[in-house]
Amino acid sequence: MLAREVLQELIQVLGAENVLTEQEDLLTYAYDATAAMKHHKPDVVVSPLSTEQVAEVVKIAVRHNIPIYPRGSGTNLSGGTIPTKGGMVLSMLNLNKILEIDQDNLTATVQPGVIIQALNDEVLKLGLLYPPDPGTVTTATMGGSLSECSGGLRGLKYGVTKHYIMGLQIVLANGEVIRWGGKTVKNVTGYDLVALFTGAEGTLGIVTEIIVKLIPSPEARKSILAVFDDVDKAGKAIASIIRNKIIPATLEIMDNVTIQTVEHFVHAGLPLDAEAVLLIEVDGYKEVVEREAVLVEQILKDEQAVEVKIAKDDKERDLLWLARRSALPALAQKRPTTVLEDATVPRSKIPDMLKAIRRIADKHNLNIATFGHAGDGNLHPTILTDERDQDEMKRVHLAVDEIFQTAISLGGTLSGEHGIGIAKMKYLDWEFGEAGVAALRRIKEALDPNYLLNPGKIVRRD
Amino acid sequence: MSVYNSLDSITEELHKCMKCGNCMAVCPIYKETRQEVGVARGKISLVEYLLSGEIEMTERLADRFSLCTTCMACNTNCPCGVRFDKIILAARAEAVRKKGLHPVKKIAFTALKMQRMFDFGMKTGSLFQGVALKHVPHKSDRIARMRFDIGIGTDKVFPMLASKTLRSEFPEVVKVKNPKMRVAFFTGCMINYFYTDIGKSVVEVLKENDIEVVIPKGQGCCGIPASVNGDVASASALAKRNLRAFEKLGADALVVACSSGGTAWKHVFGELLENDPEFKALADKWAGKSYDISEFLIHKVPFKKQGLGRVDRKVTYHDPCHLNRGQGINKEPREILKSIPGVTLIEMKEPGRCCGMAGSFSLVHPDLSVQISDRKTADIELTHTDTVATGCPACRLQLKSGVENAGIEEEVLHTIQILAESYRAGKKN
Repeated sequence: MLAREVLQELIQVLGAENVLTEQEDLLTYAYDATAAMKHHKPDVVVSPLSTEQVAEVVKIAVRHNIPIYPRGSGTNLSGGTIPTKGGMVLSMLNLNKILEIDQDNLTATVQPGVIIQALNDEVLKLGLLYPPDPGTVTTATMGGSLSECSGGLRGLKYGVTKHYIMGLQIVLANGEVIRWGGKTVKNVTGYDLVALFTGAEGTLGIVTEIIVKLIPSPEARKSILAVFDDVDKAGKAIASIIRNKIIPATLEIMDNVTIQTVEHFVHAGLPLDAEAVLLIEVDGYKEVVEREAVLVEQILKDEQAVEVKIAKDDKERDLLWLARRSALPALAQKRPTTVLEDATVPRSKIPDMLKAIRRIADKHNLNIATFGHAGDGNLHPTILTDERDQDEMKRVHLAVDEIFQTAISLGGTLSGEHGIGIAKMKYLDWEFGEAGVAALRRIKEALDPNYLLNPGKIVRRD
Repeated sequence: MSVYNSLDSITEELHKCMKCGNCMAVCPIYKETRQEVGVARGKISLVEYLLSGEIEMTERLADRFSLCTTCMACNTNCPCGVRFDKIILAARAEAVRKKGLHPVKKIAFTALKMQRMFDFGMKTGSLFQGVALKHVPHKSDRIARMRFDIGIGTDKVFPMLASKTLRSEFPEVVKVKNPKMRVAFFTGCMINYFYTDIGKSVVEVLKENDIEVVIPKGQGCCGIPASVNGDVASASALAKRNLRAFEKLGADALVVACSSGGTAWKHVFGELLENDPEFKALADKWAGKSYDISEFLIHKVPFKKQGLGRVDRKVTYHDPCHLNRGQGINKEPREILKSIPGVTLIEMKEPGRCCGMAGSFSLVHPDLSVQISDRKTADIELTHTDTVATGCPACRLQLKSGVENAGIEEEVLHTIQILAESYRAGKKN
């Protein structure tokens, strides 16, 4: 419980309607979209309306030593917004304005509470695109997406969130406000704090304004489905497409378990006996797209795809992508708990990773389906389980450990796009070593010496 | 086990929710408040804490459960197929079992059960409504605003009570020359007391199609206002009364022109009465032959196209939540509109977005209701039409209030009124 005095200070700054204190409200900020996580009730939820208010709130928190948990829509998958130490949830959802779309500099300036899709709806009217598209585009905020450095289906050709963040306004842990970066393509003034704060999961500062890069929206696109009777062949096909200097916007894979589940769910015509399918989309100028589609089709056939199908029209295209988008929800319905990981490897190691996951599933007697962004090496091994079954959960944790070990040993990383949060904190030294973790800690302590910003995430306080 | 009888009935629905938050993309309340408790995920969590014993049912919790228009947009957008409408109804019924009904609602629902008193009250109200309501001059609708604030503001535009109720204007059996069918008409309260013009159009169109219309005098409120607020006892009593009244007169089919009434006859009566074998059987029997009027005229007895006269209207159609998502009816009204000579149908941006009326929701949360309505009004204005058609009298009230307060010249009508108008125009030629 917070002292009455603290609440009064908060109400003075924000108004009573933007300070929630009743447990029936607080409990709805005790969780996020991460499965099998313990929930934690915050002591207060505040919703500032301006950068100045954020700064004031931070100063109050500093004076009374209250942890601050910044939160957008709470759709992350790493426990990143769970207020593990109570304190204050700082909801950024009322800072939800698109401040400017600059067609000459190809930038947009937005507040952190803007929903990604809302930005894309606006820029599309001008023939522009903000490419990062995590599965949660219609719900996730720009601030949350920046803080988790989310990726999505277009990573292979267009990169991920960090490639589109040009400038930030940040409230620091002492309540001071700074601006970094801007609309210029080139900027080497000082350390690159824009890069540092992107993906920092709200542990270093609170982002209150974001300048992002926009690109011209591609004129045309074409989707292709390829069916394989062998995971290795699918893996070789992925490498072969890239080696032939074609960079599809999207190159997705689904394994047999995923195919079977998805097909029963949406009836998209996926072959149930396939070992893997690849879903590919090329985009760009109409002429280029036509040519690339033909080339991709030929490569897939050369790599012994059992079947290659190019979507004839929007309806066929939509059905293919519906199948892909339904992967997670379809899998989620099979068992009560869905543990979704995002271990990532260099794309050449995809077949090794897929086979390792299959071995791990057999070894621990678990149901693991794998799908994901094959083109950028980002797989989503998805463990279907039940958190009420303690014995099975033990095996789940062992399997997760082994998946991460495998990813790192293949030259990959713990997390491609979901972030570390609470979920993967304990694995950090596997990837960085003790010295690396210590370096992380020194950065955290330089910017937030009292561990007030999203404490308990990424860096453990010792 | 139905959602009205036990909270345990929804544990499976709760398990399905993986907290992804996709409901945030479509929830009309959350779009306004941006508070987690407004959206399905938030309230699902609260029900989970309630079931696990972490919290108890309190009045404050019941307040949170009132934050839902039951528009079912979240159901449609849920990747895991969670039926949140079931969850919220079960939570509200549990709140009433544990904490009792809000005193104002208790009085209101009791009145609904006492048909004669209610009728008397409404008739007296029709004479004396001028005391509280100030008539707003309008060419086609009899509408008014509150003269003083009773807690819902004075901006809201209401329909005036009809001087004669619909059911008193017709005999119990409206005969036609060579009837091809005998159809019972469940009027619902809003059409009986306020929008008698909709009811008259229903009778007119059915007669035009050689259908004998039965309007049982013994019918009453559908009980939906009670059941969505957790007052299961009142809702069950009303369900039985209606079933008795219609069973007494009998009919080949039953039609409604109100999305709540349709939901009641098709789904809710059976669920409420599941533990009463005799009435359950009756409810199922009538559920099987209940139709929304547009559904009836497209699928059951295709309406006569000859004799349709020209009606010059630019129309946009608003999908009532309980007709569209609740009963899967959205093509039928459009098909009727498109077949009327002279009618141009121009779609608005999100025709299926909730108008924010949601019955008593608009009384409990008047500001929120108006905020949601304002978005709908803005979408309507962009269509540059002269008429909004819809399939539900409650939506009509809300839409009318919205366009009137925005100063937009727009008539708001039930689809069936435009069809009746067309038959009338056909006769003139």
